[in-house]
Amino acid sequence: MNIESNVVPAAGSATRPMYWSVRRELWESRSIYIAPLVVAAVFLFGFMISTIHLPERLRAALALGPMQHHKLIEQPYNVAALLVMGTTFVVAVFYCLDALHGERRDRSILFWKSMPVSDLITVVSKASIPLLVLPLLAFAITVVTQLIMLLLSTVVLLGSGLSVATLWSQVSLFQMSLALLYHLLVVHGLWYAPIFGWLLLVSAWARRTAFLWAALPPLAIGVVEKIAFNTSHFAAMLGHIISGGTAGAASTGDSMSMGALTAGHALSAPSFWVGLAFAAACLAAAVRLRRYREPI
Amino acid sequence: MACIEARGLRKTFGITIALDGIDLRVEEGRILGIIGPNGAGKTTALNAILGLTPYQGELKVLGRDPWTERDQLMREVSFIADVAILPRWIRVSQLLDYVAGVHPRFDRAKAEGFLAKTTIKRNSKVRELSKGMVAQLHLAVVMAIDARLLVLDEPTLGLDILYRKKFYDSLLNDYFDRSRTIVVTTHQVEEIQDVLTDLMFIDRGRIVLECSMEEFESRYLELMVRPEHVAAARALKPIHERQVFGRSILLFDHVDRQQLAALGDVRTPSIADLFVAVIGNQDGQAQGAGR
Repeated sequence: MNIESNVVPAAGSATRPMYWSVRRELWESRSIYIAPLVVAAVFLFGFMISTIHLPERLRAALALGPMQHHKLIEQPYNVAALLVMGTTFVVAVFYCLDALHGERRDRSILFWKSMPVSDLITVVSKASIPLLVLPLLAFAITVVTQLIMLLLSTVVLLGSGLSVATLWSQVSLFQMSLALLYHLLVVHGLWYAPIFGWLLLVSAWARRTAFLWAALPPLAIGVVEKIAFNTSHFAAMLGHIISGGTAGAASTGDSMSMGALTAGHALSAPSFWVGLAFAAACLAAAVRLRRYREPI
Repeated sequence: MACIEARGLRKTFGITIALDGIDLRVEEGRILGIIGPNGAGKTTALNAILGLTPYQGELKVLGRDPWTERDQLMREVSFIADVAILPRWIRVSQLLDYVAGVHPRFDRAKAEGFLAKTTIKRNSKVRELSKGMVAQLHLAVVMAIDARLLVLDEPTLGLDILYRKKFYDSLLNDYFDRSRTIVVTTHQVEEIQDVLTDLMFIDRGRIVLECSMEEFESRYLELMVRPEHVAAARALKPIHERQVFGRSILLFDHVDRQQLAALGDVRTPSIADLFVAVIGNQDGQAQGAGR
């Protein structure tokens, strides 16, 4: 019996299971990419119809001051970004609530556990969907959408004989994309990490109605605090997280400008690091819970 | 080296004792059937062996502690925990891709070969397959994994007899060799009688019978006694007696075959009959003691 020589070396063995675990998540939850794609497509359809009136609107805008002019032209591009971003956030919330709950509900956890993939890799691969995959996906979809919008507008303007120079000078696609990428990675990937960590923890713990278990404790804490001390620090804290802290305020404010990029102080806020620590604790607890959990 | 070795294996859920200090040793190359009534502790024992549940006592599977070293252990241990645990959304081709991706000992060509003998299509989703086909698919995947221990917990529950027969046939013909070990629990005892090399009865968290199949065949005899010899047969202390069509059938433990042959027709009992005799007697005694 020469068993030891058959054992495949452990080197590099964490990346392969990780890669396939993430692919597995994309196979299972196709809404991860379908939902933002559909939203982008619907938006593009609406935008396409609206470009019929683009030349008139542009002429009207030219009569206004340069600030309003800029706003008017850039607005739809920001709306597109916000729509895709909002969609991916909603998708991320529902994905997290089901991620460690669904596999216990349909008993498939017994199959996943029969594979040489640790609970740690499983939980990390599931956490990577809202923290990394969805932000990057939202970025790619938004940039492509905005490019299509710009091309559509250009074609319409060329057809109407108007100059495209104003359009191209007002829509700084590259700067917008950079700001968007920064916003997605920092706010959605890191600022929202405690939210997703909490949702994953609840999904690993709850036997049923994961959504209620996720929503009620924060609500209860807020209400008790209000009644007991007549303060709302907890609610303020939640608001702070959801608004993305200072980073969110800077980049979702006026428009996604380069100004957001210099807002490096977002990373120096203590609440940011407390949030990350909370997220890490939630994920560690989820790993441990999954180890003990049986199908429900 | 023993494949599975347990000493004083114990597991409680609150005040319920699921495993009451089990000692167990399964050698390499055996096919062990664990038979027991519902709630006897079979699944708990298997879960402990697979590192799915914490336990008290000593337990080594392939020389490893299953609870603390589960991830490594799963490279060499396969299991089918139930008939229907494959995720329903997955496509057959995706399932093969995934297992090939994460399992270092999976031979994809082998799995494709097994699937070629079935009517399962590559682009079907598991939810579109019949229960029997899902079992075939799971078995094809598991048999293509070069594991040293295969654990089957009720692998054929709810399948029709054709699928059940095929399941054990391919397990024996295409998978089992003397370097592998298989542990199986099932209620369909008759079908695995010829498959097993070892037999274990478990009831209320304890092992009540443990023997190899050779031992089983030499130790236990069933006598369909001729009416005139009933009294003589009963004098030999059968462990169980039942009536079939007005004739007494007596089950003996450690009684000479020649001696019994004089009293009627002798044959090897089925595992099911022995199970009823052993577990049924136990229950009777327990009730008697309780009174």
